[in-house]
Amino acid sequence: METALISPAKAWVMGIPTVIFSVLIPLIGVAAFTYIIAKRLAPLVRAKPDPRLDRPIDRLKAMLLYAVGQYRQPRYMMAGVLHIVLFAGFMILSLRSITLVVLGIQEGFVLPGLGGVVGHIYNVLKDIAATLVLIACIIAAVRRGIFQPERYDVPKRYGKNHTGEAVFVLMLISTLVTCDMLFEGTYVAAQLKKGISPEFVLPATGTWFAANFFNDSSFAVLQRVHLGAYYLHDLVFFFFLCFLPMGKHFHVITSLPNVFLMKLRKGVIKPVEWGVDESKLDELKSFGVKKFEDFTWKHMLDFYSCADCGRCSDQCPANAVKRPLSPRFISIKSRDYCFKNYPIRGEMTPKDEMLIGTIFTEDEIWSCTTCGACEAECPIFIEYIDKIVDLRRGMVDEGMVPQSLQKPLKAIEKRGNPWGKMEKKRSEWVKALPETCEVKLFEQGDVAETLYFVDSITSYDDRMQKIAQATAKVLSSAGIEFGILGKDEKDSGNEVRRFGEEMLFQDLKSHNTEMIRESGVTRIVTSDPHAFNALKNEYAGLPPVEHISQTIVKAVSSGRLRLKPIEDVQKVYTYHDPCYLGRHNGVYEDPRKALDAIPGLRRVDMLKSRDRSFCCGGGGLMLFYEPEEEQRMGVLRVKMAQKAGANVIVTACPFCLVNMEDAIKVAGLEGKMEAIDLAELIERHIDRGEAEEQGTGTPEV
Amino acid sequence: MALSIFALIGHKNGAADDSAFELAAAAKAVDSGASLTAVVCGAGSELDSVCQAVSAVYPTVWKINHAGLAYPNAEALRPALAKVIPKGAIVLMAHDTLGMDLGPGLSIKLDAAFVPDVVGIEGLDGNVLKLVRQEFGGQVSTHIHCDIRDGAVINVRSGAFQPTGETASGSVVDKSGDVGDIQPKRKYLETVVAEVGDVDITKADVLVSVGRGIEDQENISIAQELADTIGAVVSCSRPIVDAKWLEKSRQVGTSGKTVKPKVYIALGISGSFQHLGGIKGNPFMVAINKNPKAPIFQVADVGVVTNLLEFVPELTERIKEKK
Amino acid sequence: MEILVCVKRVPDTAENEIVVNSSGSDIERGDLVYSVNEWDNYAVEEAIQIRDRVGGSVTVVTVGDEESEEVLRREMAMGADKGILISDPAFEGSDGKGIATILKAEVEKGKYDLILTGAQADDGAAQVGGMLAAMLDLPFASLVNKIEIVNEKTIQVGREVEGGNQEMNEISLPCVLSIQTGINEPRYVGIRGIRKVASVEIPVHKAADLGVDTAKVGKAGAKVKKVDYFIPPAGKGAEILEGSSEEIADKLIELLKAKGGIK
Repeated sequence: METALISPAKAWVMGIPTVIFSVLIPLIGVAAFTYIIAKRLAPLVRAKPDPRLDRPIDRLKAMLLYAVGQYRQPRYMMAGVLHIVLFAGFMILSLRSITLVVLGIQEGFVLPGLGGVVGHIYNVLKDIAATLVLIACIIAAVRRGIFQPERYDVPKRYGKNHTGEAVFVLMLISTLVTCDMLFEGTYVAAQLKKGISPEFVLPATGTWFAANFFNDSSFAVLQRVHLGAYYLHDLVFFFFLCFLPMGKHFHVITSLPNVFLMKLRKGVIKPVEWGVDESKLDELKSFGVKKFEDFTWKHMLDFYSCADCGRCSDQCPANAVKRPLSPRFISIKSRDYCFKNYPIRGEMTPKDEMLIGTIFTEDEIWSCTTCGACEAECPIFIEYIDKIVDLRRGMVDEGMVPQSLQKPLKAIEKRGNPWGKMEKKRSEWVKALPETCEVKLFEQGDVAETLYFVDSITSYDDRMQKIAQATAKVLSSAGIEFGILGKDEKDSGNEVRRFGEEMLFQDLKSHNTEMIRESGVTRIVTSDPHAFNALKNEYAGLPPVEHISQTIVKAVSSGRLRLKPIEDVQKVYTYHDPCYLGRHNGVYEDPRKALDAIPGLRRVDMLKSRDRSFCCGGGGLMLFYEPEEEQRMGVLRVKMAQKAGANVIVTACPFCLVNMEDAIKVAGLEGKMEAIDLAELIERHIDRGEAEEQGTGTPEV
Repeated sequence: MALSIFALIGHKNGAADDSAFELAAAAKAVDSGASLTAVVCGAGSELDSVCQAVSAVYPTVWKINHAGLAYPNAEALRPALAKVIPKGAIVLMAHDTLGMDLGPGLSIKLDAAFVPDVVGIEGLDGNVLKLVRQEFGGQVSTHIHCDIRDGAVINVRSGAFQPTGETASGSVVDKSGDVGDIQPKRKYLETVVAEVGDVDITKADVLVSVGRGIEDQENISIAQELADTIGAVVSCSRPIVDAKWLEKSRQVGTSGKTVKPKVYIALGISGSFQHLGGIKGNPFMVAINKNPKAPIFQVADVGVVTNLLEFVPELTERIKEKK
Repeated sequence: MEILVCVKRVPDTAENEIVVNSSGSDIERGDLVYSVNEWDNYAVEEAIQIRDRVGGSVTVVTVGDEESEEVLRREMAMGADKGILISDPAFEGSDGKGIATILKAEVEKGKYDLILTGAQADDGAAQVGGMLAAMLDLPFASLVNKIEIVNEKTIQVGREVEGGNQEMNEISLPCVLSIQTGINEPRYVGIRGIRKVASVEIPVHKAADLGVDTAKVGKAGAKVKKVDYFIPPAGKGAEILEGSSEEIADKLIELLKAKGGIK
């Protein structure tokens, strides 16, 4: 076949056959890349175990949806769409790039399967892709380099700005696609010159512009540009490949496996050490993450995979109130530390030093409310809560616990509640109930099918006891016979575990599990999402657990619970999703359905709701922690509710209620805004059929 | 033989502490017939004015003027007192930071009994002195029987006894020569004065605590003025810290400091569970709040239902007038 | 530096109302939980920090019943090297001087450079440290909120005095110090830490081991006896002051003066 230009596989430059370069560049490139990857794997080999190969079908599905399908990207529309274009372009062009590399060795090479019609279609497709990628690169570079969205800022304490690296990589990508355009364009121009009918080139693509640009050029120029573009592409391609593992663009390689290896079980904290049974924890020499190698290999892979997109920190409530925590920099700082100790060239210098005090501060790690907003946002499922908890476990093991947290922890150890109140007072809230509402006490040998697990704050706090009383009345009105554990109930330990005191959590868990089993109940209901999460996800061998909002919806739909029209039609309600009900357990609809079951209730959603709900400030032990912050999360949240046009915030969690009520006062919105628990609101609207009992027979209108 | 009671007089800058006069009352409660001597230790001419002042209530005043006692260093005072106090005597002193430093060891040196932080004295029954103390941060009181056959050192809580108003025209006896050589193994260096920003509310006896009812940052000065007038320290509840009207170190509550004052004046504090959790030691609590249903009134000893912004400045003026 | 810290197991009464039993002989202890006296915990932390800076060892000692072993373990979990339980039926009912006498015997069995106690415990007495020092003829400082090691023979200590001021002193070793809260931030002791020291042997010293004359300690030797416990009568809820604001102010001033609220 006559060719319009000499291919790089056959060309000679200054007496040297260029095919030598075509062979050497990929050889050196692949060798260098293999070496770099081996170096990058070194810390992972020293890391803690982390089994991630269970449920392969689910993993594959997740990878297809989130990694290949880029499902979470459009949550940030502009950046997301740009990324999808770049990613899709990359996928298409990767085939072309491989073809190009081989073309330098074997003229006229075609990837198997890309011959014939498919090849013609692919050729058009890759021209479109290359053009779109180039446009996307330019927009992205302008956006990052000139407009500089706030999300990408690097505060001084976290190191230097990453804009340079981002723009540099965009330039590399642009060079790659441009080289292909020139390589192809010059060839098409030469063919036209020679009167050979070329491959179809879609007008307005880069290749088309290149072909047109060169249509007057001499063969010599065309040949030079053709070869020049080829080898520039070859060099940049392999340089880029080796450059990826040097920084945030490692995600190009690691994202797919990272998503495939994602954490599949929500609402549960990883064990202290995978493969070590809970009964064997005493035998462990050390707890949690102290030095870098205490992280699991998957957590290290997370560090490699972070693309520095800043979405986690953009959603992080701790970051929003200027606590000294930004999840993004948990990853970035760890990666920088890892690269420093495991350099590509030179000795590996793993250090036996605490990360706390080196790259993290104590306050930073205590600042997290474990709300999960970061994890719900990360496009490639980087985990933060498990890492934070592992770091806390390390601090607890070293005794590095702030005084403000030591007291409640010790009180839980001694008395089963963070205030150190007496066990026998745990059921005192029952006393305020009317006789018609019967609460069985398992500690006295009573029997019932359903257990109401109250948990500490709802049992002891004067205000939150009203939630317990409302819950009891709702259950009783729905005809559910239920009991409580009373003094035999201890704190569920949801936060105890999340604050790193694993052994205390294990004690609480086995105590409560034993008590619940002894009670012989077949169902557990709770009004506290933290207890709900712990019992449902962290405990084992218990009867099914439901949140009161789920119980309400079932009772309403079965007709066992009837609700009266809304008391105050002027009020506009908004539902605040508690983190441990929503994000960690996916219960978004039931509380809304329960609210909507009140006839005439006007409800609006806040901009940040469901899996983007904004944490109230944290529950459990977080109530005792004294964070450094510029304002309270609750205040921001109350303002969001106000912006949504609501004047009543309905929560379904006692901690949310504490924080919201406080925040309303702090924000100076008393009288304008109120907070109420879902159970309280439902209880107020129970239609107990008083009208019928009075025998008037005239139903209310 | 009649009982001898000695009261160790605390003094600063030539003025006797209030406790000096309270101890005279305490001594009367022990045994009104006992011989009563004030002991004024120190160095320099400023002792004279102290002796002068206490001679108004003590029949005898011992003056011990010694360069080694220039600063009230318990390690220097203890051997000096051990030398001059006769066997079997009762020594009274204030249960303050000097008394705590001095009393227990002095009782050993005198081979006498020791009772600290006494809040009530019910008198003598033969060789038994009946006293009242508190335990568990003031939550419970106890009756104490103290065998005084070999004498006793009794540390008396400040403010527990009111001066009786009885007067004496005491004579001053110079006992400076009796204390001999003083060579303590502890040397006073300096006193580091707490910075204004470092007010430690956990150590204050009287707190004027402000809550949201203060309404505005400017109004904090109302509380500050009251505190200055009565010698109290200003503390607050969490919303005040959140609003950055006062520094975090002044916050009382479960997420703030735990305080153990003797008197707690709550201005515009509703009395949340979290706030009250930070108040220990069962202080005398005054609540001033315009909401009669504020939970603070459940736990306070005395309440005033009024607008604090009007009432508190009036109260402050009134106290100034009476001073 | 060889450091001995004297600790005490006390009921944790912070959050719970204390009830006196029907005979008034004691408080109701059935519903109380116990832990190490808060001040003592600061003292142990300080001792550990000093040891970690200059070397040596930390021994914790307590006078009490078998159950007091629990607090020794907690302090050992914190980092103390050794625990000693001093327990003998003859020690029951000791007054402060009795306890100091027992501790003195223990101190003399060893060779300590620094002996620490908490500034006070549940009874608020703040006495044992000062007594122990006097019995041993060692220098003493109470309410210590700062310790700086100058050399093997000398340290500087800060005492917390009125107004939040700090009185700095130079004191020669060996000495006895009573430690005020806030001198440091005691580390956390988790369940795991306690389990780690669960099987460490803790020697029990009895009166005979220490050569203590049982006539001078315990109930027999106590010159100061606690006769009963009682709750001083207190009103229910606040007494709401009524009248003109002037009248209220005057009443309030009177009350504040009586309670020591006006200085």
